[in-house]
Amino acid sequence: MYETNYHRPSTVEEAVALLSANPDAKPLAGGQTLIPTMKQRLAAPSDLVDLRHIEALRGIKLEGRRIIIGAATTHAEVAGSEALQSACPGLASLAAHIGDPHVRHMGTLGGSVANNDPAADYPSAMLALDATIHTSTRDIKADDYFTGLFETALDEGEIIVAVSFEAPEKAAYAKFANPASLYAMAGVFVARHGAGVRVAVTGAGSDGVFRQGDMEAALSANWSPAALDSVTVSADDLMDDLHASAAYRASLIKTMAKRAVAAA
Amino acid sequence: MAKVELTVNGRKVAREVEGRMLLAHFLREELELTGTHIGCDTSQCGACVVHVDGKAVKSCTMLAAQASGTEVTTIEGLSTGADLHPVQRAFNTHHGLQCGFCTTGMIMASVDIINRYGGALDEATVRAELEGNICRCTGYHNIVKAVLDANAEMHGQTQAAE
Ligand SMILES: Cc1cc2nc3c(=O)[nH]c(=O)nc-3n(C[C@H](O)[C@H](O)[C@H](O)COP(=O)(O)OP(=O)(O)OC[C@H]3O[C@@H](n4cnc5c(N)ncnc54)[C@H](O)[C@@H]3O)c2cc1C
Ligand code: FES
Ligand code: FES
Repeated sequence: MYETNYHRPSTVEEAVALLSANPDAKPLAGGQTLIPTMKQRLAAPSDLVDLRHIEALRGIKLEGRRIIIGAATTHAEVAGSEALQSACPGLASLAAHIGDPHVRHMGTLGGSVANNDPAADYPSAMLALDATIHTSTRDIKADDYFTGLFETALDEGEIIVAVSFEAPEKAAYAKFANPASLYAMAGVFVARHGAGVRVAVTGAGSDGVFRQGDMEAALSANWSPAALDSVTVSADDLMDDLHASAAYRASLIKTMAKRAVAAA
Repeated sequence: MAKVELTVNGRKVAREVEGRMLLAHFLREELELTGTHIGCDTSQCGACVVHVDGKAVKSCTMLAAQASGTEVTTIEGLSTGADLHPVQRAFNTHHGLQCGFCTTGMIMASVDIINRYGGALDEATVRAELEGNICRCTGYHNIVKAVLDANAEMHGQTQAAE
């Protein structure tokens, strides 16, 4: 790892100022992606701006039906939140199955959403829950936020402060984890708000997380695992690598979607 | 350079170190607490697990600077005096180790699991919770037995595990 300067701001303004003062600076949240990447010298930020001590970035709030989760909230905190376990158990369960306990004690929702790893779990939940990503400068709808492999709508020096979404009537996530890395080989998050159903797939798309329109239509007409029998998932545009072929991933998507609907 | 002030095993320490120094290296090289092992150095194996403010973390995936202001417990701080901690004793009794390389991380992870579940542990939960700790020797079976047995002892249950 190359040498770096560590900073510990206590407000969003201070963090943004530190990031804009140092063009090669990066935010550091749980470090569970960034530190391994720096050790491999795939990233070499001149400065690290630790976000974990900014009070405004922490915690889970319920305002009416709206759920707001601070960006620096850890996976373990999301998994253990009683508020989420009743308002959106699908998300609490997703967080409980990220990596291992040590990763969950450090890793944060904001870090995962900022990183947008094509095999990460949270991006699918954000997309299916029609979440809004609140940043230091603006609000971005999830549909406009995830723009490709490790790519997002975030500008340089822009920090995710929180995410928010309406509590769904029903929602659940099912993933087929790669047994070595624990990341998704296919993960499907389904969410129903009134008549609207959204289905988002992670781990499988060659362009990152995506919505599965045919499944959304089928489930809007009939919310049941059987409704997905007639949907054909194309292997076009799916990842094809040493872990799984595109055709296998297509099959996993359908199986995971059925499991998610059954669990919701 | 970063100023790092923290409490390790009840002892206050302060050091000026490079910003990039990992907590694992800080413990091993600055404090000579070599019970914390580095196995993979790629965040996979859990040999480096210590407790930071009571939570198990991989010390190879945390900067010493991030840990400034916290209370850290390593394997050296688990028991006081000559008596072993119940989890250490259970690993011994059940032969939960062979080469011992993974053992310190395994024990720190196990103590964290037992603390979090407050007694309500079964074999499937222990196996799932040990997801982040890799052992190349034992085949895990005796480790799981040791954790269940220590859990029973620490939570005052009479029935022995298995
Ligand atoms: C062994 C292991 C297993 C894992 N398994 C899984 C898994 O099964 N599923 C899964 O989804 N993930 C998994 N992960 C990744 C883990 O969830 C990470 O915690 C997460 O991807 C990144 O979050 P972080 O808080 O650690 O971010 P960091 O590593 O600190 O940062 C990641 C990136 O996001 C940026 N960033 C962080 N916070 C913000 C913010 N608020 N605003 C703007 N930019 C920000 C950083 O600059 C950096 O570029 C695993 C990691 C490990 C080590
Ligand atoms: S040495 Fe830290 S996880 Fe392997
Ligand atoms: S005892 Fe040798 S690696 Fe676990």
